Amino acid sequence: MIAPADVFYFEPWWIQIVKSLVIFGVAFGVLPVLVVYERKLLGRFQNRYGPNRVGPFGLLQPMAEIVKFALKEPFRTRTSVAYLFRIAPMIAILTAIGGLALVPFGDVQHIFGRRVGLYGIDVSIGPLYVFALAGISFYGIMLGGWSSGSKYSFLGAMRGAAQLISYEVSQGLSLVGVIITAQTLSLTGIVHAQRGLWYIIPQFCGFIIFLVASFAETNRAPFDLVEADAELVGGYFTEYGGTPFVAYLFAEYMNMIVVSGIAVTVFLGGWMLPGNPHIPGWIDPIIVIAKMMLFFSFFIWVRATLPRLRYDQLMSFGWKVLLPLATLNLLVTAIIVGT
Amino acid sequence: MTPYDPSADVIEVVRHPAPGPVAGAYRAFGETLRGLKTTFARVVEGPTTIQYPEEKTPVYPRFRGRHRLNRFEDTGLEKCVGCSLCAAACPADCIRVVAAENTPENRVSAGERYAAVYEINMSRCIFCGYCEVACPFDAITMGHDYELSDYTRSDLIFTKEMLLAEPIERTPLRREGE
Repeated sequence: MIAPADVFYFEPWWIQIVKSLVIFGVAFGVLPVLVVYERKLLGRFQNRYGPNRVGPFGLLQPMAEIVKFALKEPFRTRTSVAYLFRIAPMIAILTAIGGLALVPFGDVQHIFGRRVGLYGIDVSIGPLYVFALAGISFYGIMLGGWSSGSKYSFLGAMRGAAQLISYEVSQGLSLVGVIITAQTLSLTGIVHAQRGLWYIIPQFCGFIIFLVASFAETNRAPFDLVEADAELVGGYFTEYGGTPFVAYLFAEYMNMIVVSGIAVTVFLGGWMLPGNPHIPGWIDPIIVIAKMMLFFSFFIWVRATLPRLRYDQLMSFGWKVLLPLATLNLLVTAIIVGT
Repeated sequence: MTPYDPSADVIEVVRHPAPGPVAGAYRAFGETLRGLKTTFARVVEGPTTIQYPEEKTPVYPRFRGRHRLNRFEDTGLEKCVGCSLCAAACPADCIRVVAAENTPENRVSAGERYAAVYEINMSRCIFCGYCEVACPFDAITMGHDYELSDYTRSDLIFTKEMLLAEPIERTPLRREGE
């Protein structure tokens, strides 16, 4: 089935608001858990436990940290540009949350006699919207680093800008192959098109490219040159402390959630299970979240494994390996689908 | 003396040829997979952390922890005769001994004299074990207790009663061959 290529506004406005609040609330509630999950899993990869002292299993660790950060004195360097310095973390976190609206957590359900789609919004330009937001999110990094008035922040921001732009191309091209195969830009439409076969199998090359490019897009190891704590102190957020720092941290994790969501939707069959067993609709979000967690765990696994790339290696890998591969993948897909 | 030859200082760096497409792809993905396998093996191994306040690092039998003053097991008399050899041997000068004569009514040690005051300043002690070596009667020995922190410095001056008291067994001993 091919979804119609326009926005589904079949829900009344108040359902839209409730949906967005629920998605927003769940995402923010799950972020601290993800932080502690990452630290614990990272510990396991290094033969240690990770945080396990604050609260049961260390689950209250992020709470303690958030309280600590919130009580910090707000400060900025004398050379910083005040209003940009304040706006930059907001841009980062807004664009990160905006991407989450696109991730479909389930099919259209009938709840209390109404049709409700278990996603923020289903637009006919799905992946393009995500890339547009990713493009804006680079302003969060760029402005934050530049307006700090610090060399380290500036270097981090410069690296971030170059990295984001060069990897966005490959990421976009790797998705075009899927879009050609599914013949739709709607993310729910793409999931429906995977009823027979998940796109990770016919589009395996595209999946690998998307994976690598996602690591670069979300500034995660081994492509975390933007932060590069060994050389740049903290990269673009060196001068940030307290809640703006938390905002950047949350934006990073939110970006990871969004990228995991897009990957699950586009390549791993969204809310479907292999063999398409008949399951009640309320399980859909659980399936999607479980798949996202797998993807997120893979992010951590790679972080625990790979050392950081040198900057020229990063750029040459992006432009000389990933981009030609993505283009070739797109070309081959187009020829096969076209004939 | 031969004239200086600048070319003698040149070190030829052997660079391997840049990998071709296949070797490059292997290096990028194959080696990555190998690394991922290595780290995953660590998860399977499980943590090796010792959860300190609950579990304690076991010590070796000859570990030099907090000192103990010993008594004879049969008579219950103190082994220390107040000779101050330990105080003389101590490089950190943290032992203070004041001797007194044993009387038939008040018999404390097996010898002629006994230590009326025996103090070790644990904030100065370097745990070298020389006192143990110097003692002719094995009266002072190093125990296994290494949890010695306290809130005030004066609490770290261990008196004779504290050193004679049976220590709370809180440090596990390493098993044979461990």
